[in-house]
Amino acid sequence: MITVEHLTKRYGNHPAVDNVSFSCEPGTVTGFLGPNGAGKSTTMRMICGLTPPTAGTATVSGVPYRRLGNPGRHVGVLLDASAQHAGRTGREVLSLAALTMGVDTREVPRTLDRVGLNATAAKRRVRAYSLGMRQRLGLALALLGDPAVLILDEPANGLDPEGIFWMRGLLRDFADRGGTVLLSSHLLREVEAVADHLVVIGGGRVVAQGDKAELLAATGTLVRALDPAALDLVLKRAGLAGTKTTDGGVVVQAGAEIIGRAAADAGLVLLELRPAGSGGLEQMFLTLTAGDSVKEAVR
Amino acid sequence: MTAVLENTPQLEQASTRPVPIGRLTMIELRKLADTRAGLWLLIVIAFATAATSAIMIGWAPDEEQTFQGFFEFGLLPSAVLLPVLGILSMTGEWSQRTALTTFTLVPARGRVIAAKLIAGVLIAIASTAAALALSAVANLLGAAFGGDGSWSIDGSVIWQGVALQVIFVLMGIGFGALLLNTPLAIVAFFAVPMVWSILGGTIKALKTAAEWIDINTTTTAMSEPAMTSGEWARVAVSAAVWVVVPLALGVWRVLRREVS
Repeated sequence: MITVEHLTKRYGNHPAVDNVSFSCEPGTVTGFLGPNGAGKSTTMRMICGLTPPTAGTATVSGVPYRRLGNPGRHVGVLLDASAQHAGRTGREVLSLAALTMGVDTREVPRTLDRVGLNATAAKRRVRAYSLGMRQRLGLALALLGDPAVLILDEPANGLDPEGIFWMRGLLRDFADRGGTVLLSSHLLREVEAVADHLVVIGGGRVVAQGDKAELLAATGTLVRALDPAALDLVLKRAGLAGTKTTDGGVVVQAGAEIIGRAAADAGLVLLELRPAGSGGLEQMFLTLTAGDSVKEAVR
Repeated sequence: MTAVLENTPQLEQASTRPVPIGRLTMIELRKLADTRAGLWLLIVIAFATAATSAIMIGWAPDEEQTFQGFFEFGLLPSAVLLPVLGILSMTGEWSQRTALTTFTLVPARGRVIAAKLIAGVLIAIASTAAALALSAVANLLGAAFGGDGSWSIDGSVIWQGVALQVIFVLMGIGFGALLLNTPLAIVAFFAVPMVWSILGGTIKALKTAAEWIDINTTTTAMSEPAMTSGEWARVAVSAAVWVVVPLALGVWRVLRREVS
């Protein structure tokens, strides 16, 4: 269980993370979503005691991370797969961690095998690893201490589709056995497939959070008309705010009936009128976080 | 901690008990040699130490070829190169970004730093012992080639040698912790005291200060037997400036720095 309360981090005047609160329950996977630079990594580093927060608290199973004497036995953490000594072999990286945690070093080859790194890969230096292999090594590092909680920052980065599929199964299984998973990503689709809960962050603030099914249900209605310009006009006249999707549709925060009536009154031909679902969430995601990537480039 | 445990029964004891410092020290010692840079540095030190003996057997006057003579010269390579290992021990965590894993597994950063310092002291002692063993072999060989071969050694030379190694390794760790950047720390470690030596040697007003603060000068006495208390005082003052100050500032920096 992870509890984050009013977590805030300011760098000078710039709030990287602004009053973020959420919790992750045992037996669930929480997807932590946001574009690059939204504050996901900073939040996760604060949870793990690596970055001191400006305000707020974070606890893992009721205890601040830094109060855990040997956290590896309770929390598996993967924050940055490329943060490994290039000159060490994969096996050596895990052996050092096993020694630190007091885990039997015989677990090392077993764990490497579990994440799909064979004996040859284990003997190679991390310098020679692809990003996907580094992610697998990082995941092995997180799993080594047989933890009850997993905190993973963009673990699917660099994995091939087969690898992403495998990782989803692993996380699902971990949660189904009572584990708590916090998993960040900047790709909605990636998280959607495995998460039970979603926390969406943009510009350092939580912009939406809750049960995945509820969030997907509450994302409005997708409507597409033969004449998009006329639809715009009708929606504007009816006072319905909408955001355009890339394929010419509009996501409206209203029920299908209201939109349907407005269209019928105007004699408009509709091609599509349905709950927006994940497409709507993606639309919301893009809208809420619009402009952030520009800011990131400037920062 | 009991209060915490009562509130959170799901926390296993294995995760709340701090990692023992002995275990951390063993890990830090292992980390000194498990990368190519560290391993080669140790190999180079071993070869250079052997080379000092070879040089003495080949070119030094026969009467200088004693156990003590070999030992005093043999300490030179490790005195110069072991501090680099100390620097790498600190800076490697940041330049290779392993600090992220290290401090995630051991959030009590002070314990990791303590383990690094203990590991540094142990490797300094071990290298002095190795130099001693090598000197014994060299003395046997030297005697066979007509060297003096005397086995008498002043006890003070041995433990002053240990102290010398320890001082320089800790100075390396201090510079590493202060700068947290490998090339910068190595250059600063060698260049800054040298620049100070040159300034102290050329500027008259600095002469007295230099006698006390120039660590390269004050530690020269450590390779001669039976140091005087005055010489020890100078070593202590210069070590305070070059070892204690960088270490204190460096530890403060590492404890507070954000890891990313």
